[in-house]
Amino acid sequence: METLDQIKARAEAAVPGAKIDIVPNPGPAQQLSLLIDNEHALAVARFLRVDPALRLDFCSNVTGVDWLDRTVKKTVKVKKILDGEEKEVDEMTEEKIPGYLEAVYHLYSMTHKQGPVIIRMRTTDRAAGSRLPSLTSIWRSAEFQEREIFDLYGIRFEGHPDLRRILMWDEFVDHPMRKDYREPDDYEYEPTPHDDVLERAKQHYASRPQLDGAEKITDAVKG
Amino acid sequence: MTATIQTLEPIERPPTTMGSRLEGELMEVSMGPQHPSTHGVFRMNVALEGEIVRKLKPVFGYLHRNHEKIGETVSYLGSMPYTDRLDYFCSMTNNWAYALSVEKLAEIEVPERAQYLRVILAELTRLQNHASLLGFLLSDMGAWGTPLMYAFREREKILDLFESLSGSRMMCDYMRFGGCRVDAGPDWMERAKKIVDLFPRFIDEMENLVVGNEIVIARTQNVGKLSAELAINAGITGPMLRACGVNYDVRKVDGYGFYPRFKFRIPLGEHGDTYDRLMMRALEMRESVGILKQALEQVPAGPIMNPKMKIRAFRPPVGEAYGRIEAPKGELGFYLISDGGTNPYRYRVRPPSFINLTVLEDLCLGHTVADVMVILGSVDIVMGEVDR
Repeated sequence: METLDQIKARAEAAVPGAKIDIVPNPGPAQQLSLLIDNEHALAVARFLRVDPALRLDFCSNVTGVDWLDRTVKKTVKVKKILDGEEKEVDEMTEEKIPGYLEAVYHLYSMTHKQGPVIIRMRTTDRAAGSRLPSLTSIWRSAEFQEREIFDLYGIRFEGHPDLRRILMWDEFVDHPMRKDYREPDDYEYEPTPHDDVLERAKQHYASRPQLDGAEKITDAVKG
Repeated sequence: MTATIQTLEPIERPPTTMGSRLEGELMEVSMGPQHPSTHGVFRMNVALEGEIVRKLKPVFGYLHRNHEKIGETVSYLGSMPYTDRLDYFCSMTNNWAYALSVEKLAEIEVPERAQYLRVILAELTRLQNHASLLGFLLSDMGAWGTPLMYAFREREKILDLFESLSGSRMMCDYMRFGGCRVDAGPDWMERAKKIVDLFPRFIDEMENLVVGNEIVIARTQNVGKLSAELAINAGITGPMLRACGVNYDVRKVDGYGFYPRFKFRIPLGEHGDTYDRLMMRALEMRESVGILKQALEQVPAGPIMNPKMKIRAFRPPVGEAYGRIEAPKGELGFYLISDGGTNPYRYRVRPPSFINLTVLEDLCLGHTVADVMVILGSVDIVMGEVDR
């Protein structure tokens, strides 16, 4: 199979205007991926599926990933003046990379028995309602998996035929797989709350004045 | 008894377009989560015109335990028992898929004996899974559990093997990164050999029940035809894909484990209907028996665990990996992103049953309600995997 550089070059040639980067994968697995820009993602995906040398007709896995804001330390060569001379010195800089949501597609070819070619699409930020193009029209196997990413991460896939929650119930509000997901404070369902759970549960209990006027009696006794 | 699969003439089914007396009124039925035939808590909203299915939307998530989030909060090794509970019929293959992915992530070598043991246990798992599937499918068709009990009789023998080896019938938690947890002694090997030698008689028995049975033929032939193009596009894998005639088996394509050392064939179907999917399982059982015979003969002595493998505080290097195996249900893959810590940053299961359900609507349209149960049975879903 061709290397990722060759695939990237041919895809950029076939889809004018597409910006594809190769995302490094530092570990020993050596599974590098292509980062496609959202505008041309559909065209690039169609090229990957249709191109006779690649024929990536099998989309095996669609994954959502939640990247929080990260600070990456980098060593940069900086020209500094030391002892009256200009020298190049290594300096540690911190780069803040804002967080984003990502959809990763693992593509294989059943015709040529090759693969995987991994493509990624990133949203601009982690805000609710971030949008990515849906690749369901290219690979039908993305249908349920993109629904699952919508359900669990909150990425809206534009062009998906039936985007609604798949694993959580329809009225559920949050997106469970996000890194900042907080479990609901719904302790009403706890049958016998006690200790700190009882304290939190009391916030959800409606105030229940006693209907027989008994609280007035206790006040009279106390007072 | 020699097993010759006779080619039988497919029975012509009457056309399924009935003129509806309801004048096109669609009745929506929820074939609800609690149903003896739905293979777990699985719901289908069907819109029926008389008996014909016009729309079908599967609804699931009743068994969603957010296994992927648990994977992020627990260490790599701590997730291993959770993988047993994904496809709870086939815990050994789930374990192997996860161990394979982590071994890819951290480049861990597995000794020879451990690889052979993994193949043996995976093929035993495949045998008992396919046998159970035939049993369940026939029960769905109204055979009231007798073929299922025949299948379970064989399955119990295999589960006894698993129990004596790993301590548990179904939730084995047996594979480790770099090998296996417990070694199999010579008497375990003897018992396994005996079971494998006797298994073809059970396959013959099941085939005689299934292949020539006119009820099965009438109910499954030309029902739920899946074309190869749709199957590939929808990401269908496993016996369901090979029933459409597509020659794609991860054991042959990737050649993971020591599968390239064994001679086995890949059965392929012709029509892609339910009958072919059924026959796939029966034929694959025979191939599995062949692999098992070779593996049990060739298994060498030696260590079962990589001695250089650090088990406690295992931190794989930063990076990501996708590892996949041919589980009995299809291609089971694990996608792991590591940030250098003890827990994965992202832990994703590629569930074959979930993705095989993509085409359920296409298969069932135009068929009757009775066919829907048969088609669903042939897809072979397990809710633990669909919902995770």
